[in-house]
Amino acid sequence: MNAFPASHVIVSGLFAVFAALTVAGALIAALSVRIIRSVCGLALCSVGLAGLYYFLHSPFLALMEILVYVGAVCVTIVFAIMLAEPEESPRDEGRPTTLWWGGGALLISAAIGGSLSWLGLQPGWSAPATRATDGSVRAIGVALLSTYSLAFELISLLLLVAILGALVIARSGRTRT
Amino acid sequence: MTAPNLYEQPQIYLILAALLFAAGLYGLLWRRTLIGMLIAGELIFSAAMLNFMTFNRFLAPDPAVGQIFVLFIMGLAAAEVAVALSIIIAVYRNYRSIKSKEVSRLNG
Repeated sequence: MNAFPASHVIVSGLFAVFAALTVAGALIAALSVRIIRSVCGLALCSVGLAGLYYFLHSPFLALMEILVYVGAVCVTIVFAIMLAEPEESPRDEGRPTTLWWGGGALLISAAIGGSLSWLGLQPGWSAPATRATDGSVRAIGVALLSTYSLAFELISLLLLVAILGALVIARSGRTRT
Repeated sequence: MTAPNLYEQPQIYLILAALLFAAGLYGLLWRRTLIGMLIAGELIFSAAMLNFMTFNRFLAPDPAVGQIFVLFIMGLAAAEVAVALSIIIAVYRNYRSIKSKEVSRLNG
């Protein structure tokens, strides 16, 4: 990585861009009033997370994150938004229960997020001496088809059951007009 | 160049995951429609996946295991979204609304 003089700056800038995308997407997804903007925030957050996975030495999961979250989950939620009408009516601000609820939610999430960050900042994370595999796509494939083959089969069965269940649930109650 | 790179430290990823979790928890408590709560739940899933990937990259003796676990979480999240969205559509068909306050027939 030292062949190009500014590569350090470029890589750090890319990391900052991906981290900012993740945080901004999460904030948009949690705070925006309209649901469609919140789905776009989730997509932004997923793109940022894919970049972070790339920095964590896992290009395979970066690809999967884009494929599953941006390509499947967000598109499915957009379809559901088109079928239902999720517009939130403006909350009657100023009522004490609304203020209490909002303040409580903010307090709880800030407390848990802050304490998790504090735990992460504690010293004592030590890297292992040796690595069993290199974590490449080849190692993942070998482990999936040897050690974790039962879990692999089970999750394929679970996806099949989920597809059938979704079809049945969404179909029942539909009247032929 | 003497300082270690920021993206080679586990702390920054852990803080990002904590932020994601806090945003997801806040959305889950504050949103009033079922789809909004589902999106907040996805944020919490993402926080868990980022945490797994961080420990997998920096601390695990076998870096393939965490990636496989995160892959399974992604599969479970996709299945959960499919079933939850079909339930939401069925609820909308019955109640003409997906606000969590109005879906209260089982409330007693």
